[in-house]
Amino acid sequence: MTVAEPLLPALDSDRQDIVLSVRNLHVSARSEEGLVPLVQGLSFDLRRGEVLAIAGESGSGKSITSLACMGLLPQPAVRITEGSIRLGETELTDLPESQMRALRGARIAMIFQEPMTALNPVMSIGRQLIEAIRAHDPVSVSDARARALEAVRAVRLSQPEKRLEQFPHELSGGMRQRVMIAMAIALRPDVLIADEPTTALDVTVQREVLDLLRDLQRDLSTSVILITHDMGVVAEMADRVIIMRHGSTVESASTVDLFETPREDYTRDLLAAVPRIGGAAARAALKKQESLVRIEDVSVRFPIRQGVLGRIKAQVHAVEHVSLEIIRGETLSLVGESGCGKSTIAKALVGLVPYSGNIEINGKNLVRLNAAGRKALRRDLQIIFQDPMAALDARMTVGELIREPLAIHDIGTAEEQRARVYQLLERVDLSPAYYNRYPHQFSGGQRQRICIARALALEPQLIVCDESVAALDVSIQARILDLLRDLQKEMGVTYLFISHDMAVVENISDRVAVMYLGQIVEMGTREQVFGDPRHSYTKRLLAAVPVPDPRSPRAGLPRLTGDVPSPVWPLGAGPARQALVDVGGGHMVAPD
Amino acid sequence: MTANASISLEPATVSADSVWRKLAQRKLAVLGLVIMLICILGASLAPWITPFDPSAQHFDGLTIEGAPLPPGPVYWLGTDLLGRDLFSRLLFGAQTSLIIGVVANGVSLLIGTLVGVTAGYFRGVVGAVLMRFTDLMMAFPALLLAICLAAIFSPSLWIVAMVIALVNWVQTARVIFTQTSSLVERDYIAAVKTLGAGHRRILFRHILPHLVPTLIVWGTLGISTTVLLEATLSFLGVGVQPPTPSWGNIIFENQTYFQSAPWLVFIPGAAILALALGFNLVGDALRDILDPTQQGRD
Repeated sequence: MTVAEPLLPALDSDRQDIVLSVRNLHVSARSEEGLVPLVQGLSFDLRRGEVLAIAGESGSGKSITSLACMGLLPQPAVRITEGSIRLGETELTDLPESQMRALRGARIAMIFQEPMTALNPVMSIGRQLIEAIRAHDPVSVSDARARALEAVRAVRLSQPEKRLEQFPHELSGGMRQRVMIAMAIALRPDVLIADEPTTALDVTVQREVLDLLRDLQRDLSTSVILITHDMGVVAEMADRVIIMRHGSTVESASTVDLFETPREDYTRDLLAAVPRIGGAAARAALKKQESLVRIEDVSVRFPIRQGVLGRIKAQVHAVEHVSLEIIRGETLSLVGESGCGKSTIAKALVGLVPYSGNIEINGKNLVRLNAAGRKALRRDLQIIFQDPMAALDARMTVGELIREPLAIHDIGTAEEQRARVYQLLERVDLSPAYYNRYPHQFSGGQRQRICIARALALEPQLIVCDESVAALDVSIQARILDLLRDLQKEMGVTYLFISHDMAVVENISDRVAVMYLGQIVEMGTREQVFGDPRHSYTKRLLAAVPVPDPRSPRAGLPRLTGDVPSPVWPLGAGPARQALVDVGGGHMVAPD
Repeated sequence: MTANASISLEPATVSADSVWRKLAQRKLAVLGLVIMLICILGASLAPWITPFDPSAQHFDGLTIEGAPLPPGPVYWLGTDLLGRDLFSRLLFGAQTSLIIGVVANGVSLLIGTLVGVTAGYFRGVVGAVLMRFTDLMMAFPALLLAICLAAIFSPSLWIVAMVIALVNWVQTARVIFTQTSSLVERDYIAAVKTLGAGHRRILFRHILPHLVPTLIVWGTLGISTTVLLEATLSFLGVGVQPPTPSWGNIIFENQTYFQSAPWLVFIPGAAILALALGFNLVGDALRDILDPTQQGRD
């Protein structure tokens, strides 16, 4: 660590001065129906050197609160209608923009969820940092540069001098978020607001960023407001928690108290819905082991064209020689971080991406069939995407959407199709009265139910769930997972479940395959992979998952820096092939 | 389920009946409809409501010095340089301009959509060839091309309309191509592909409806462009042949006398503006009404 000495004396429990004080805050949005309250009567105090988490599901008003503190509300559409926000001795609610601008960054800073959108893509990292410093401190460019370098070192970016010359797109997501943090701490603000700082990051990168935030917070004794939906992150990071729902405070307590003795029902429900590793019920063994899908030596490569003539110069090796089998009636999960090729396998399986190798469903290969045979095979094979809003045609009603597969395959008369749609809507717990509504009129969870109903319409044998619950709030996520489980019990449908979330995977799978850089590095039953992880990457993944228990010992992992290697190889070259070795009971592991 | 509170409960449907009802609720759309109606009525009833023959040169239509008359009791909107009645010419010219604005513009939209959607959806060699051809057409001076085409075919109203369509479709094709290629990448198209939908279904049920808003905006904007392009062609002698009046050639015939007889340019100019505005207002309203994703939001 090369961070400067702490500027302030260590935390003194007798004299915990309050840095930020919010009293009876009301924020409303203007709409046709008048003022819609977004935050109602929120009060809290933030002490020096404290981490306060504001947690809640989407629409709870947690992000609006952070924007209100930063004076970044999209006025006049959304504005503070009542209450006060005091930063030290300064009242922020009626501060003119010119004075607020001087405070922003210098005394109260913010990091956002998506670092790419918060950085200027056409300016080098160094110039952006220097500009931010010089906007508040009238120092020379060379002094500002020295401070920028110090900040980049403090966030543990490798090769700090080189980083200053680079542009945002040349850095990975984790590195960009570090740059954002460097920018935020360069001026040593009193308060740092982190709005879902790790939500867009992979779990191992999230681990590194959280560790970094905690270290910096301790060293600089900055007060942090952490906005998050992830109770695991709350448990690991926060000293105190405020749970928000529909704009109001549900409960406010110290982290340990909240997790051990939650007072409110909503808090209890929220905590119960959080998927935990090790908390899943045992699953009944399958009666017969009959193969449904065989994936043999499948590779998917995307060409990278360069030059005037667009010749192929390199290839992205998205999937490399993957072989696996899916048993009828089971749930097989593919886990891994972004870019590991798990979604590409799903797309190859349903015929959306060309591949080399062989994929057979029920002994038939989708590519080698004629048009009629392909259409028939599609009935057995459905996919549910991550973002239900994007996967539904916005100009069609729910009824038309669910009925479409029946219409494509000419199943039944118009009346029968209609009746079937009603039946499907009821099966996924939606009212048949929704038949004539459009997708935008529903919530995220309801939209995913519509997608499930559409996938079920053809009574498929295999449903591919490509990150199907990743975009949903935990309580809704838990219900969708329950629905998927019930459907499996009822109809015997097989799932290929693609996810980055280890806890969710542990909850739903029979078997698990871990992917890294396009190859499977470990595969086995859930008990084998979670109970006895053998490959170092699997171990790292498991250790990186935030545990929703504030008393659990924080993993003392070696601090991993550096990023996942690139899957781009020049033409003709490729990664070394990982041969899986059986370590007993079908537990396949690649040698490290 | 949560978040039920914000969801409206009435069923949402789009029927022809409700489109009219919703149009009638919008003041600006009604204004647009009225303008369109006046133009259409004026054009189609021109032979019966015009006081004079549009081509007749009136001896009393000019001053002693031979200058055109300003608007007055006999010639309501004044006369032009040859002593013809401007009001009569304006109404007969409406026929020409409406045909150019609606037919030429419609055909160019059709060609542009066909090319753009085909190239954007199928891509590959077909798409590359179509789009390079579009680029070529774009790089070629449109006016020069129009003059060449018009010179080859003997100019009549319909030929001029087709020439304009053949010159004007390129921009539409570009815009539609870009939009189609981004739509094709969307998840919902992948979703219907995995349901087993064929090209025809994807194109007509899932792509074309999403292009409607763009087409409406592009189509209404094209009206004034095409009317003015016809005027330019007339001015260069390859447009609608005199003495057949069109709004464009009335302006061009008289523009040199703008200082002494401003009404000769101002009045047909205002007519073109009103026509474009009328279509624009109606098109704008239609775009909002036909978009189901706007339901429950206004």
